[in-house]
Amino acid sequence: MRRPTEEAPWLRWVLCLAAVGVAVLFLVLPLVAVFAEAFRRGWGPVAKSLSDPDALAAVRLTLLVAAIAVPVNLVGGVAAAWAIAKFDFPGRRLLMVLIELPFSVSPVISGLVYVLVFGAQGWLGPWLEERGVQVVFALPGIVLATIFVTFPFVARTLIPLMQDQGRTEEEAAATLGAGGWRMFLHVTLPNIRWALLSGVLLCNARAMGEFGAVSVVSGHVRGETNTMPLHVEILYNEYQFVAAFAVAGLLALLALVTLAAKAMLERAG
Amino acid sequence: MRRRSALPGLGLALGITWLWLGLIVLVPLAALMLRPWELGVAGVWASVTEPRVVAALGLSFGAALGAALVDLPLGLLIAWVVVRYRFPGRRVLDAAIDLPFALPTAVAGLALTALYAPNGWLGAPLAEMGVKVAFTPLGVAVALAFVGLPFVVRMVEPVLRDLGPEAEEAAAVLGATRWQAWRLVVLPALGPALVSGVALAFARAVGEYGSVIFIAGNRPMESEIAPLLIVARLEQYDYAGAAALGLAMLVLSFAFLVVFGLMQRRLRRGVA
Repeated sequence: MRRPTEEAPWLRWVLCLAAVGVAVLFLVLPLVAVFAEAFRRGWGPVAKSLSDPDALAAVRLTLLVAAIAVPVNLVGGVAAAWAIAKFDFPGRRLLMVLIELPFSVSPVISGLVYVLVFGAQGWLGPWLEERGVQVVFALPGIVLATIFVTFPFVARTLIPLMQDQGRTEEEAAATLGAGGWRMFLHVTLPNIRWALLSGVLLCNARAMGEFGAVSVVSGHVRGETNTMPLHVEILYNEYQFVAAFAVAGLLALLALVTLAAKAMLERAG
Repeated sequence: MRRRSALPGLGLALGITWLWLGLIVLVPLAALMLRPWELGVAGVWASVTEPRVVAALGLSFGAALGAALVDLPLGLLIAWVVVRYRFPGRRVLDAAIDLPFALPTAVAGLALTALYAPNGWLGAPLAEMGVKVAFTPLGVAVALAFVGLPFVVRMVEPVLRDLGPEAEEAAAVLGATRWQAWRLVVLPALGPALVSGVALAFARAVGEYGSVIFIAGNRPMESEIAPLLIVARLEQYDYAGAAALGLAMLVLSFAFLVVFGLMQRRLRRGVA
């Protein structure tokens, strides 16, 4: 017999089918379309467009940018989470709001702010130019914009968890005479490792996939300041659709691996 | 309650945090707050009230609001099914919800354009029905609904999970039909979460760039979004004008978020 808090079986089926239908048509089909468009003419053109020197340069730049941006946000995020979760201090709530700020700003604005500071007519632009340092339309600008858009990921995955865990274990370690670093490495880190890894994964996925912010500060020089997402745009605008979707497919693969890893981490943690 | 912590490292952690926050976020955002005023107050006003700018802001905010409101029932449906029912494929459905989070925006933009173009898998049948999606404002809204959907689902899911069966059982015992119990007991409990989901989807959609510019067609006065105008102004080295538009977008989104916050407070009071 059906419990009074359950829907009729036919209604349950209709709702399940509707939800799956929405997910397939709206969420999954775009992903399928990327690979279908890329492999329209088989493996050959895909392999060729992925081994193109400009495509390889874009992959290298994307990896380099993520390799700088993710560790910066890892250190900053862990420091922020340690302070916010384990201590009470004036300005704690303000700090939490400020850390989330980059998520509520348009990617284009995230790039714009660096042009306003470092661009040719920016606050520091002329001064830097005299000294031969280029930030905007070069690697440093791309890295800065990427750090900005991926700024909150690590801190926001750690803070709720570390708050739940409280500070009794660390206090016990301190009472037993452990120094700060020893306590962090042996007590705190093992407790937060899965969440930390998950935050780093999300941060990395966004860092490699960021388009708007990077597009504003990149200057779009092929083979030099083009990251993978920007390379996709250039190819698409040149009507090289198979090549564009091949590089897009590579990025989509990264997204799928990230999602799978995140699901596994959630089960582990 | 404030008590001294016996743990070390607050000074170091705060030092790193403020340095990181200041250099990466606060100083650059200060530039956004200050640069527009080089134009003077009248100049800033003129720069953000140009007809082309007003049309772009209207499209960005209008399409974002429309998309968030479409995400509301869709997100509620998916969250309900994932939390309440057990069926084959539920795990996959749950994972697929995060696809718009994980997929780089440029990839999403390309994919949606390919799907909804007049010769695409979805665009062709829609075109036969006389609905044009790609390269119209409708296309903008479709892309924004795509990026916003996970926000609604992920806000509603935990609340629905915590909402035990007791209240619904009580409603059933008191003679409510399943529909009445759902409308009078479940929906009000989900209200605040639904509003924050919609607010998050909206906030994300307003500034969205990568997933929109491919499908939008970008015709001035018709399908041009505000972030694209910022890019156009930067390309003409109109830094102050670009900053003015960026600041206007931030102020407008903030105003909308305040309204969402008030709605949420009112709904919460209704529950308590």
